[in-house]
Amino acid sequence: MNRAWSPFNVTSVVAGFAFLYIPILLLIIYSFNESKLVTVWAGFSVKWYAAAFANEALVSAAWVTLRVALVSATAATILGTLAALALAKFTRFRGRFLFSGMVYAPLVMPEVITGLSLLLLFVAMNVDRGIETVIMAHITFSMCFVAVVVQSRLAGLDRSLEEAALDLGATPIRAFFSVTLPIIAPAVLAGWMLAFTLSLDDLVIAQFNSGPGATTLPMKIFSQVRLGVTPEINAVCTILVGLVASGVIIASVTMKRRDVRRMRAEQLAARG
Amino acid sequence: MNKQVASFRRSFQPWDDIDATPFIEFRNVTKRYGAVTAVNDLSLKIFEREFFALLGPSGCGKTTLMRMLAGFEEVSAGSVLLAGNDLVGVPPYRRPVNMMFQSYALFPHMSVEKNIAFGLKQEGMAKADIAARVSKMLELVKMEAFAKRKPDQLSGGQRQRVALARSLAKQPKVLLLDEPLGALDRKLREETQFELVDLQENLGITFMIVTHDQQEAMTVADRIAVMDHGRIVQTAPPTEIYERPQSRYVADFLGDINLVEATFAGTTKGTVSLETSQGGTLKTVGDVSATKGDVVWFAVRPEKLEISRTKPASGDNLFFGEVWDIAYLGDQTAYRVKLDNGIFVKASVLNTRVDVDNPITWEDRVWLSCAPDAAMVLSA
Amino acid sequence: MKAVWNGVVSRSVIWLPYLWLLIFFLAPFVMVAKLSLSEPAISIPPYNPVLTLAEGPAGWWADIKRFSLENYVFITQDSLYWRSYLSSVWIAFVSTFLALLIGYPLAYGMARAPRTLRPLLLMLVILPFWTSFLIRVYAWIGILKKEGLLNQFLLWAHVITEPLTILNTTTAVYVGIVYSYLPFMVLPLYANLERQDLTLLEAASDLGCTRTQAFWKITWPLSLPGVLAGCFLVFIPVVGEFVIPSLLGGADTLMIGRTLFDEFFLNRDWPVSSAVAVILLLILVVPIMLFQRSEARSREAAS
Repeated sequence: MNRAWSPFNVTSVVAGFAFLYIPILLLIIYSFNESKLVTVWAGFSVKWYAAAFANEALVSAAWVTLRVALVSATAATILGTLAALALAKFTRFRGRFLFSGMVYAPLVMPEVITGLSLLLLFVAMNVDRGIETVIMAHITFSMCFVAVVVQSRLAGLDRSLEEAALDLGATPIRAFFSVTLPIIAPAVLAGWMLAFTLSLDDLVIAQFNSGPGATTLPMKIFSQVRLGVTPEINAVCTILVGLVASGVIIASVTMKRRDVRRMRAEQLAARG
Repeated sequence: MNKQVASFRRSFQPWDDIDATPFIEFRNVTKRYGAVTAVNDLSLKIFEREFFALLGPSGCGKTTLMRMLAGFEEVSAGSVLLAGNDLVGVPPYRRPVNMMFQSYALFPHMSVEKNIAFGLKQEGMAKADIAARVSKMLELVKMEAFAKRKPDQLSGGQRQRVALARSLAKQPKVLLLDEPLGALDRKLREETQFELVDLQENLGITFMIVTHDQQEAMTVADRIAVMDHGRIVQTAPPTEIYERPQSRYVADFLGDINLVEATFAGTTKGTVSLETSQGGTLKTVGDVSATKGDVVWFAVRPEKLEISRTKPASGDNLFFGEVWDIAYLGDQTAYRVKLDNGIFVKASVLNTRVDVDNPITWEDRVWLSCAPDAAMVLSA
Repeated sequence: MKAVWNGVVSRSVIWLPYLWLLIFFLAPFVMVAKLSLSEPAISIPPYNPVLTLAEGPAGWWADIKRFSLENYVFITQDSLYWRSYLSSVWIAFVSTFLALLIGYPLAYGMARAPRTLRPLLLMLVILPFWTSFLIRVYAWIGILKKEGLLNQFLLWAHVITEPLTILNTTTAVYVGIVYSYLPFMVLPLYANLERQDLTLLEAASDLGCTRTQAFWKITWPLSLPGVLAGCFLVFIPVVGEFVIPSLLGGADTLMIGRTLFDEFFLNRDWPVSSAVAVILLLILVVPIMLFQRSEARSREAAS
């Protein structure tokens, strides 16, 4: 009785998702618009995609962004996973309170503050701003997101698995690589993807910490958008949305498949 | 009605009175979920002040039946009546029936007293009356000291008491108990069973309990309905259902039973004669609708079999075999004996003495026997 | 030897990320705090450095004596700053409320959806969260501007006769914030509502509640931790929001993130922008602490 999905429930779900998706869909549709006037439909065309690819500044910004995202996501995943392990395994060490505070704080820190403070550090250390400083800034805030994602997985982990490995003669390091890591691997992968997209998206922190020759795509888009909406930018945005969405969908479908396969194997095992 | 069984009864037995009007009645009730039939054309009468138990394995439809009375499930066909009124279409919050949930379903954000007062507030009862009723209920379940606590600060047994008090607070005409003691450990469960019985007798409310625990049903209930695949297979008081089950299913579900397949030979002076496939004769008592040559089952409970190394004097219902397993259970010892025809038979003996000279042990050759009136014959 | 090596490796689990965060997270805050106390200068970098390590302890003391609260005094005197703070907090407050108003029914509907449908719905909420924030804000420009799609639609439907001015107003900022931060509101709410024990509603119904009464007496109070988490997750970052007010807001839409950004890049007054950042942080410390505490409490309750 109370379990029914009422018309009110259905309506609010449909309306909610319409609100979330219609703007993006419109953006995608109008990227295929023939007209230069973005909001007047004048027939289907892919010419703005061609224009976007011909725009050297845009393409080079895209490459910068991709390099930054790849390097920072990988480093952030390593550091973030270590941080999660530290928090999950060592319940007591000197400065743990400060450590956990520093892991959680960047999650809610306004980007303008993170960006500004890192810039001041780089200036004080006399580091020239460029792609390296953007990478270091991105590692710092995205490692915290990785840490949170991995830690939630570690929290649900059966401690006795690792103890069993130790009991069977594995060193702690071997036990980690052969038991713990395979189990938390999905969370680590999800953490990497999160770090990658965070870096791909970031505007504010990059704006503070990048230097000449290290203009990222969001910075480029932002400066163009301030001048007005152009169909070229619509095309670039559509490509970005498409890439990220398909990446997320592929990842979650693969994980789902793996789960289904594992469940089936378990059922077979139970029957046999 | 069998004389022996009748003597076990208490005087309260409205179900034998033809003139008594039932308080709760399920009339040809069917409940389907898609292609699955949970309750199948079931009829049942329950009387006022009765403590009624629905017993069966999980998935037999007993919980569905109870939930239809509470109003959480609508019947697919048939009707449910309470004091003569059809309940179909009446929402749960308008039924004079309260339920104690298996998970207790205590509201975690409310204190014990708020939980108990919840239904009364909903009724719009005056504040002073609510306070009086709540303290009466707390006293009833001996939880006065815990009134201000939240459910997560209580033990399992205490939560069970609060849930009971909450469902009784509105003074319902019927209290439904869905596996009420399932979450308690054994000792506490047994104590609580007797408390439930006392409570029910004092309050005079009709109780309906759902359980899969046969001992629990037998301890608390005036009558038990054994369910299987959405149907009731037998409804009777505990003694009758244990001593005179109508089918192998019921006999097997309540306690242990030894079953020997035989053919029906005839009835003389109340004694039923059966023939085994080896050509032996078994004797028992009871009504059985069978004609000569029908396949029936000779059934005897383990505690009704005598076990000895010497052949007993009376010659009825004799089995001979070798002791295969022994389980010492403290109050009794259970033997598993392999008969010479390969069948295993269980026998149990009460340990009335501390030391026994030369006790029966593994691989002993033993005789098992029982009087005709200690066994029964089942035709289904 | 091997045991020592093992010890070093397992300790590195702690000190590697710890060191990184000390250098790149904590140290920068010290820099901000320090800079907020120094004087502006026309140079590169545009401030007079105070507290340089080279001078040794004696020099530090001299530097500390040169600390001045001038920048903070300046901020309190110029109404632009405190109006920005107030307006940021107000905008964050209103948009948090609006996000709750839209997000709660959505999360509730998702939690009551058929079990097989729920993972899909959850993914549909998370997906926008993965796609670029900037792009999602940008998408609204084409919709909200004068000759935009919303006005075209409303004119076509004869709801209005003159196009509305929405873009570059505070209304557009509300729309953008609610839109961008809705997933942050929905996710904790959904997690809470989905976990709720439905037999509690049956118990309430059994004790005399209609569906609506049961919602307000059981579901709503039990969902308060989720409501709180969602509200914090929206409120805290929105106070310091920069992208949305600068793309969708008008000249009169004051938000402190934007003011700080302009102060830094346009006026190049680094000490004042540091002071602005310090005050912003102080404003957010209370909600951040409250949020951490409620999170810790719910983590405890879960274990």
